[in-house]
Amino acid sequence: MIGAGHAGLAISRVLTEHSIDHVVIERGEVANSWRRERWDSLRLLTPNWQSRLPGYAYTGSDPDGFMTMPDVIGHIANFAAVISTPVRTHTAVTSVRRIDDGYRVATDDGEIRCRCVVLASGAANIPRVPQVREAVPEPIECVTPFEYHNPERLPRGGVLVVGASATGVQLADEIHRSGRPVTLAVGEHVRLPRTYRGRDVLWWMEHSGVWSQRYDEVDDLERARGLPSPQLVGTPEHMTLDLNVLQAAGVEIVGRLAAIRDGRALFSGGLRNQFALADLKMQRLLDTFDAWASQTPLDVEAAPAERFEPTRAPASPRLTLDLRSGEIRSVLWATGFRPDYRWLEVPVLDRKGELRHDGGVIVDAPGIYAIGLPVLRRRKSTFILGAEDDARDLVGHLARYLAHGGRTG
Amino acid sequence: MAEENVNNGVNIDALLAAREALKNAPEAAKFTWRASCKWQNGTHSTSTVQGFHGLGDEQRHKTQFSFETDHPEVFASEDHGATPVELVLVGLASCLTAGVATVAQNRGIQLRSVEAKLEGKMNLYGILGIDSDVRNGYDDIKVTFHIDADASKKDIEALVAQSQKRSAVYDIVTNPTNVTVEIV
Repeated sequence: MIGAGHAGLAISRVLTEHSIDHVVIERGEVANSWRRERWDSLRLLTPNWQSRLPGYAYTGSDPDGFMTMPDVIGHIANFAAVISTPVRTHTAVTSVRRIDDGYRVATDDGEIRCRCVVLASGAANIPRVPQVREAVPEPIECVTPFEYHNPERLPRGGVLVVGASATGVQLADEIHRSGRPVTLAVGEHVRLPRTYRGRDVLWWMEHSGVWSQRYDEVDDLERARGLPSPQLVGTPEHMTLDLNVLQAAGVEIVGRLAAIRDGRALFSGGLRNQFALADLKMQRLLDTFDAWASQTPLDVEAAPAERFEPTRAPASPRLTLDLRSGEIRSVLWATGFRPDYRWLEVPVLDRKGELRHDGGVIVDAPGIYAIGLPVLRRRKSTFILGAEDDARDLVGHLARYLAHGGRTG
Repeated sequence: MAEENVNNGVNIDALLAAREALKNAPEAAKFTWRASCKWQNGTHSTSTVQGFHGLGDEQRHKTQFSFETDHPEVFASEDHGATPVELVLVGLASCLTAGVATVAQNRGIQLRSVEAKLEGKMNLYGILGIDSDVRNGYDDIKVTFHIDADASKKDIEALVAQSQKRSAVYDIVTNPTNVTVEIV
């Protein structure tokens, strides 16, 4: 097992249920990414009652609240303690290689030979920054979400936030509130209201079954796996944080950052269509919820169906921005993340460096599994509550593999 | 003067007069170009242009011009016309070429022949939705001019540079444009 985050620990717990010997290797401490690679104000997108792991539920006093990072670290560390997981912390994996009867995992503290390897090292190890970054003129400061802690560490002055994922809209909002004028470059995005018909939108995602839709039932799996995170924020006020809210607050919206030429940022003129697509997709999702609710006896009657105002298009969104004028002092790249597999010396990556897998089963390398990647086996795969079902499926497969003496089928 | 004998078929005096007149008539300088498109069958459609707005009034071409667009047989289409992306190359080529003639006239350069070849490179992984990192449109356009004129190589280079600087289609292709698509 590589990685002692929530997904790796969920696997560990299910392996223990199957009495399968295992050890979890962790480069830092339990829940390491949550400790070191998150900004100060971040809270989970999922309400507390959804932060459940196999045999372990939230029992605190605020089920509808959203955990801060210290809360998440405590929650996951406590889970690790409860399930008595054998974790070797502060041990970095340096290579995973194939050997005759399995794999050899080299670490900075000796090596381990094993029949199976589970990659639970996360989907978001390295910020994905587009090549256009190289064209950002001096002295503008470029910051990734890993380097960002709070707005006060940014230079005073304008900030260009690139990307309208959950990260992008949350940081645009927070930085704007700090008094720094924010320009937000918006490409493909996923719009969601925080609450719908009186309940959290993620309550609907879970109960309507949308979140449990399997990877082999999704129409366009590649697209689903590449989608930006939904425009949500977890706040005590349960606020919606869509582009209308940001525009009303004074954030300037521009199209996708297409290029930087001669020090000028060029933004796509297709902004209206990005809005239209996101509005249509949100509408379709809400229709799905309504259809489900109309056929399901709910314990408490849901409020009537709601429809939200379409995303307001700026009259004439700016198409170019002179990065040398001094208007922009820093650029924040909320352009996603990718996993780090540099230590994986088994030929299982595609031409773009992504893991080739069938629902977390690495077909080209029997005995290797992955968990915690986007839409790995279900739409909810990257959320904390999504770990259990995936872990049970994968450990079931792994147990059969071991029982057949390491042969598939 | 040599310039007086230069004739590239461009009425430069009229253009310069219009430029002066429009300086004091900003509304007249606001043009709206129009095209209409009618689907035929499959990927075949017919586009027409005739009316446009400018100089403060409705204007018309002398006749209606019509353009067939389709896709070639390798796309399992019937090949009734150029592809829309080829028409973009046509627009760029003809705009730059018109610019070369106009600037040459203005600079007193007699042209004998101007030919342009255009190549636009495109990876179909974009439009086919195979790789979301690949853009739909051209990722590179190359224009190659062969110009025979009474001018030094340096002057011809300056001519071509100026025609890009003043080209509407060059600007459209190289810079973003807001696009609104509605259904009525």
